[in-house]
Amino acid sequence: MSGGLFDDLRDLYQEVILDHGRKPRNFRRLDDADCTARGDNPMCGDRMELFLKMAPDGTIADAAFQGRGCAISMASASLMTDTVKGKSPAQAHEMSDKFRTLAMTGTCPECGGDIVEDMERLAPLSGVHDFPSRVKCATLAWHTLNAALDGQAKEASSE
Amino acid sequence: MDGHMAPRMDLAAIRADFPILSETVRGKRFTFLDSGASAQKPRQVIGAMVRMMEKAYANVHRGAYHMSEQATEAYEASRRAVQRFLNAADEREIIFTGSSTNAINLVAHSYGRGVMKPGQAVVISEMEHHANLVPWQMLRDAHGIELRVARITDAGELDLEDLAAKLADGKVGLVAVTHMSNVLGTVTPAALIARMAHEAGAKVLFDGSQAAVHRRVDMQALDADFYVFTGHKLYGPTGIGVLYAKAALLEAMPPFLGGGDMIAEVTFEKSIWAPIPGKFEAGTPPIIEAIGLHAAIDYVEAIGMPAIEAHERALVDRAMARLPHIEGVTLLGRAQDRGGVFAFALDTAHAHDVATLLDRAGIAVRSGRHCAEPLHARFNVESTCRASFGLYTTPEEVDLLADALGQAREFFR
Repeated sequence: MSGGLFDDLRDLYQEVILDHGRKPRNFRRLDDADCTARGDNPMCGDRMELFLKMAPDGTIADAAFQGRGCAISMASASLMTDTVKGKSPAQAHEMSDKFRTLAMTGTCPECGGDIVEDMERLAPLSGVHDFPSRVKCATLAWHTLNAALDGQAKEASSE
Repeated sequence: MDGHMAPRMDLAAIRADFPILSETVRGKRFTFLDSGASAQKPRQVIGAMVRMMEKAYANVHRGAYHMSEQATEAYEASRRAVQRFLNAADEREIIFTGSSTNAINLVAHSYGRGVMKPGQAVVISEMEHHANLVPWQMLRDAHGIELRVARITDAGELDLEDLAAKLADGKVGLVAVTHMSNVLGTVTPAALIARMAHEAGAKVLFDGSQAAVHRRVDMQALDADFYVFTGHKLYGPTGIGVLYAKAALLEAMPPFLGGGDMIAEVTFEKSIWAPIPGKFEAGTPPIIEAIGLHAAIDYVEAIGMPAIEAHERALVDRAMARLPHIEGVTLLGRAQDRGGVFAFALDTAHAHDVATLLDRAGIAVRSGRHCAEPLHARFNVESTCRASFGLYTTPEEVDLLADALGQAREFFR
């Protein structure tokens, strides 16, 4: 764009983030969800509801969300729901931990192995580590994912 | 434009008093538009606090030695400065607290639980800061007090008809409303509200955290029963707030916190409370902060509240001439009587994204819900950015904000 006042913010707002922020993927309600959770950054006004549909083998068959928030939080939720499909809860938790490291430090030395491609898809969000007040925007979706998965575990244990 | 005889002030000299204003942010001049959250401090305040710590510090009301007597005198001189600043009738009506929030909680506990009776009601408004909402919810739940919320209009003004309706049954013991909204900038008709409350047999509390900074407030002219404000928004330090209350009310209220300094006599069996204001100042008070607040009051009074008000009026006019006309910008509230606080939303971007962009241009605004979540729900917006002006804000900074907002909108298209 012209003007240039904000050109150096392209590291934070990479095109993929602006794109997912404007047109979030998996932005819908799953009426037959097996677990749901709400995420809220009350100070900021980011709010989301996450829906997970589990496959018979225990992996995440489908993930979707609804909500309102900044470009970072919406893009993060969009990318998160895309990348956790097909993962087991343990893998999803691992990705969640790794993503937090990525968001807080900008790098993730242990993001190799069988999740390397997924973590690369999330890498555009690593720019938030330079913006301490924005890290929680990026991690909200993953906190909500953990809550949804833990909620399911609790339900399972109560049976 | 400048035909009328507005009191003038030397803006360049004032800005030179605030060391932080010459800082740069990310290589850009620091444009501070978040004074409504907390204002910057002039050298006069910083110096007074340092001088006290270096030359005249000891605990107050305790030592029979020179330094303590000197510190006590300085602390009490600050109380008299606040009394003059508010035009209170009596210096004993000035209670130092830790903040506006502390002051409101003091009233909610002491007047709310100690004087009000279950079944009575408190009326607040839809545009209250959480500090003037949550303490009353706590009082409601603890003491059987009904909490009523007076509506505001779409323009962001207090709906006086609704207030009258909420007062009509005579059950209201206290009306607690803002004197100036920290989100909408609306200045409420405090003298009229006080009259309405009194005619209905209720007392009135004003949250003056924003208002006291921007214009002269006069306790006797308003006939306020309670009025609170805070030091750090008035170019003074954090950690000190003020509760003004009519002496007769304070006399009738039980203490809030117990401890040292608030007693006249203590045995293991019982204690006798100190006379006001001491009764409400348990423990070592914010001494250095009181000296800082005194310096801040001296500072704004040397400039003159009418000059500050005129300067900010010009800034508000400038902002109203620019901000509503930027494509995609929605301004919250269009009150007739307003101060230099503007909350706005941008159609292409969330408030946080806008704030991050503005920060790149060196412009500091607040983003989120500004401790007024129900108000944002009232206007059906998730969050806003808020620009708020201080006495050091320049017209050029208002233009800078307007220009940057236009570019921010393009960035997210």
